[in-house]
Amino acid sequence: MSLQSFINEAISPWMQEDGPDNDIVMSTRVRLARNFSNVPFPLTANKEKLSVVSNTLKTHFENQSFEQYENLEFFSMEQMQALEKRVLVEKHLISPHLVEKDLESGVLISNNEQVSLMINEEDHIRLQLYFPGLQLDRGLKEAFRFDDWLEEKINYAFEEKRGYLTSCPTNAGTGLRASVMMHLPALTLTRKMSKMIPAINQLGLVVRGMYGEGSEALGNIYQISNQITLGRSEQDIIEDLQSVVEKMIERERFARKMLVEQSALRLEDRIFRSYGTLKYSRIMESKEAATCLSDLRLGIDVGYIDHLSKTILNELMVLTQPGFLQQYAKETLNAQQRDIRRASIIRERLSLEKG
Amino acid sequence: MDCEVCHERPATLHLTNFINGKKTEVHVCQHCAQEKGYLETDEETYSIHDLLSGLFNFNSTFTNHQESNTQEATHKVCKHCGISYQQFAKIGKFGCGECYREFSEHLNPIFRRVHSGNTVHRGKIPKRQYVNLQKKRLLDDYRKELQRLIEQEKFEEAAEVRDKIKAIDQETVVEDRNKDGEA
Repeated sequence: MSLQSFINEAISPWMQEDGPDNDIVMSTRVRLARNFSNVPFPLTANKEKLSVVSNTLKTHFENQSFEQYENLEFFSMEQMQALEKRVLVEKHLISPHLVEKDLESGVLISNNEQVSLMINEEDHIRLQLYFPGLQLDRGLKEAFRFDDWLEEKINYAFEEKRGYLTSCPTNAGTGLRASVMMHLPALTLTRKMSKMIPAINQLGLVVRGMYGEGSEALGNIYQISNQITLGRSEQDIIEDLQSVVEKMIERERFARKMLVEQSALRLEDRIFRSYGTLKYSRIMESKEAATCLSDLRLGIDVGYIDHLSKTILNELMVLTQPGFLQQYAKETLNAQQRDIRRASIIRERLSLEKG
Repeated sequence: MDCEVCHERPATLHLTNFINGKKTEVHVCQHCAQEKGYLETDEETYSIHDLLSGLFNFNSTFTNHQESNTQEATHKVCKHCGISYQQFAKIGKFGCGECYREFSEHLNPIFRRVHSGNTVHRGKIPKRQYVNLQKKRLLDDYRKELQRLIEQEKFEEAAEVRDKIKAIDQETVVEDRNKDGEA
């Protein structure tokens, strides 16, 4: 397979669209947790009960379309290969938790890969919608419509007092987790992030690195999401998130401007060194790749590099994950082989761009 | 450095604990760490549930005079899925929707801690299943708005809201069926 067609397959169609503030916000995700009434949660349900959930969902929604979310395709965890699952995890279409499950678990994914509906994960239903850039309002509206469409065929576990009942008390009420993936290189570089994170936490929001372990943010990519799901309306929850994200965008832009004004040459040097590393390396660990890709994207955003497409960071962050590297190689690779593969796929991808 | 526990083997594990903001360090050998239960995590990943289960800890969740309640709660078992309150407290997950009702009297402190003091849902309501509840919430909202408008002496707008309330009130009431259905 040529790299171009592999990329087309690897990168979800919605990721290639433009979205608001996408110089900083890479994507918005809205997730709703829902359960069937009268069926125990996956934690305690047996295979027979779980099959009620998966069969109902398959019967009513497999190969169906809702608005622009066309042809929901079903993937069964029991039948998929480990590598195929890994690729879906790296595309964020399923969670690592779902991979560990097999009994009656699976996922429905729309053609444009904007909607994924995980079946029998921690809850019976985990509905996720993705949008390019910052689009919380639209995301919530569309998630609500999709949820109403599901509810036409499903009786949800719901109580007036506790709202949508979920397996974990941290999701009860709205079942909503709204998250925004942000590229914040300037705030990280100027060490502002570590000061901002505790303040953001106090507002009931969580910040974590999108890739990498623990709080470390590989590629300066952070995910900011709501923590509280009970006692506040969905609208209020996303308004809070929106206002914090807007503040962070503002600060990131300001930090970038200051960097360019105060240490232009050093910044330019850093960016072009990273560009050189990406362009010519033969062995590249994921951490180094993430750092260099972040620099490169910053270079594109501040105008030092003008012949590369902006989606390159989003694309290569996904393409250089272990699952994708192996899928492209069509074989299992050890860590060192992956580092070699990673370097070559980045070189190839960059050579697709003119200049 | 020797192991703090046996003082025989060298300390190969250096554990840092944060308890109520206080930092303590432990230097032990593999053997003693296992013995003392420092390594008691079956799963490699430390999930939110592990962290959460601490929140359900009886001593911190309940005050002393509620102790008898706590005892009861500990032994309570959900009739529908068979999970006990103790298990729920340990893993931090409900076994089924009925657990919310079965354990209901013990849940407020937990929700309060997890959701910054909130215990009652204020968001979306299932559109098809709970027509009445939606109407009730809408009426509540309108009545609050009406009150506010009257206080602000915006009588024209208040009249509009009053008409909306009337219109909803006159609609025929159909019972919500929230239990039976296809699923």
